[in-house]
Amino acid sequence: MKIMEIKNLHAKIGEKEILKGIDLDMFEGKVHAIMGPNGAGKSTLSKTIVGHPDVEVTEGDIIYKGKSIINMEPEERALEGIFMSFQHPVEIPGVNNAYFLRTALNAKRKHQGLKPLNAAEFLKLLKAKIKELGMKEEMIHRSLNEGFSGGEKKLNEILQMEILEPDFVILDEIDSGLDIDALKKVSEAINNMRDGKRTFMIITHYRKILDYIEPDFVHVLKNGKVLKTGGIEIVDALEKEGYKIFGDA
Amino acid sequence: MGMEKVDKIINSDYDLGFEIDIEEETAPPGLTEDTIKFISAKKNEPEWMLELRLKAFHTWQKMEEPKWAKVTYPPIDYQAISYWAAPKKALESLDEVDPEILKAYEKLGIPLEEQKALAGVAVDAVLDSVSVKTTFVEELNKLGIIFCSISEAIRDYPELVKKYMFSVVPMTDNYFAALNSAVFSDGTFVYIPKGVKCPMELSTYFRINAQNTGQFERTLIIADEGSYVSYNEGCSAPSRDENQLHAAVVELIAHKDAHINYSTIQNWYPGDIEGNGGIYNFVTKRGLCEGENSKITWTQVETGSVITWKYPSCILKGDNSVGEFYSVAITRLAQQADTGTKMIHIGKNTKSLIISKGISAQKGQNSYRGLVKIHESAKGAKNFSECDSLLIGDNCGAHTFPYLESKCASAQVEHEATTSKISEEQLFYLRQRGIGEEDAVSMIVHGFCKDVLNKLPMEFAVEAKALLDLTLEGSVG
Repeated sequence: MKIMEIKNLHAKIGEKEILKGIDLDMFEGKVHAIMGPNGAGKSTLSKTIVGHPDVEVTEGDIIYKGKSIINMEPEERALEGIFMSFQHPVEIPGVNNAYFLRTALNAKRKHQGLKPLNAAEFLKLLKAKIKELGMKEEMIHRSLNEGFSGGEKKLNEILQMEILEPDFVILDEIDSGLDIDALKKVSEAINNMRDGKRTFMIITHYRKILDYIEPDFVHVLKNGKVLKTGGIEIVDALEKEGYKIFGDA
Repeated sequence: MGMEKVDKIINSDYDLGFEIDIEEETAPPGLTEDTIKFISAKKNEPEWMLELRLKAFHTWQKMEEPKWAKVTYPPIDYQAISYWAAPKKALESLDEVDPEILKAYEKLGIPLEEQKALAGVAVDAVLDSVSVKTTFVEELNKLGIIFCSISEAIRDYPELVKKYMFSVVPMTDNYFAALNSAVFSDGTFVYIPKGVKCPMELSTYFRINAQNTGQFERTLIIADEGSYVSYNEGCSAPSRDENQLHAAVVELIAHKDAHINYSTIQNWYPGDIEGNGGIYNFVTKRGLCEGENSKITWTQVETGSVITWKYPSCILKGDNSVGEFYSVAITRLAQQADTGTKMIHIGKNTKSLIISKGISAQKGQNSYRGLVKIHESAKGAKNFSECDSLLIGDNCGAHTFPYLESKCASAQVEHEATTSKISEEQLFYLRQRGIGEEDAVSMIVHGFCKDVLNKLPMEFAVEAKALLDLTLEGSVG
């Protein structure tokens, strides 16, 4: 079943058109890897899906769970189950990590008509997840992303994903800046979240992460268009020949 | 997100901008010796007080309005202001308080009765110029604590008033202090005897109600040896097109081993986006750490007034005495704030701590101005200052003016300053996690102010947080 259909999507940042007619279907429970050279529009595509204010959609549509989302506020899209792990998570001084996570979770629970979790209930959940991820417990008491190392920031993104249990997960270069152990840990966490329902869109430059998280589909982006869609064999071809083998969009 | 939406949120009405319909007895506008005699007579003051007032008036006449603050406003016509407004009825008990006034307090969220029962806060509520009702006085009296209006103190405790009034802020101190000394209408007096820890938060709400009247309250708090008191003041004023003047003076005296906590939430009417209306808030607040090991802590959350000129200060005279200043100042609309502190180190091993958080939005201009002065005698003195500014949008400004004068080689002084902007990225990050825009801004601002808000007494902190939300929700452009 299609969870997301992207139709002839054109989008610009400032005056520059970056997405030039993306057509892409993504399916429930599947892992979609998005690859492509620098400047292909990978990050812009994910920003467009989550409704980043810098991006202006000029043509086309994004249908998610049967509804167009391009006019929805970012928080509404999030509440509908779209989650993006940021390539460079921002630091927010003075905002306690646990407090932030509880606020986010309770916003989602409210949206779902569920009772908010109180501090004790939430802490129990959080501590279990932290342990699973092998994170240091003190990280939950620190300010959001402040003074976190690159790896800690990425793990914190994964922690948020686990707590919020989204339906559609965009991982924007989750592998960048991770050493091999951290990459394994992150991949394992992601694999644990694969339940046949949840969809993943993994944006990456490197094959490595796809060795750990096996994609169902690989899409190659170039010049703001989808150039090629296929399976893991595409990655093999890319490894050998580079993006030039797919020609130009 | 669109600027229109942001403007809509930020321009939400001033919630406390209602006007109470009570008959006022108001002095005709103008300031002469006769005005001062009128005020003094209205208050049945002893002769010595009138003489002091007149002396202050003559001093004021020779002074000039200070121009050094980074604020601009049209000239004030001191002869166009009425210096006295009082509710007509004399009040004996709470039952006699005009229901309109009580309603007003309810709108302010401070029903006296409820506060009595629930919060355990003794409130000396000042409406315009006369202290309307003082509660809890009896309980406090049992401990020897005096908590009354300054007018009562002048009548009933003349020796204490004579000894301490003008001892920290002399009537010649500055233009506005001199004006206040001449015309002060009412205010609060607190005396905590030796060794007594005041068992409850003392609280006063000030509110300017009558049109064209200035409010000139005067507060005097004395903490005798080994005593402790925490005092909170909150302020609000109705919305009006014209500007109103507020020139208060607060004097604190902490004797040996005494500790005074003084917290303010200032929410006077801020005027509109063009700078029309709003309170001119020209306030002199100063505390004297007279004795060894004494401590004075100022905590302020300033969200109101169109112009603010205010520097709660500490004179650290006693050895090992400590002065602290925690401040959150928000300027939005066309508000201008020039605020900060002065820490004057005189005694040995005196310590001061300054944490200032300025937030500017819309056309707000926020200046921190702070002086750390270390006298030669202050061996081993230490100061740490941190001044952070947060900008929301592109039309506001933040300015920092730190002054340091040290005549002592063994003193340590540290100053840190940062300016940051609520970035689109921070906001977006939180929204991507499902947190609405307004809650996201509030979360970022609260995070920014955390060090200061944590210093407020509990019930006050709740109010301050709610006020921050009211003031700044969604204010990102």
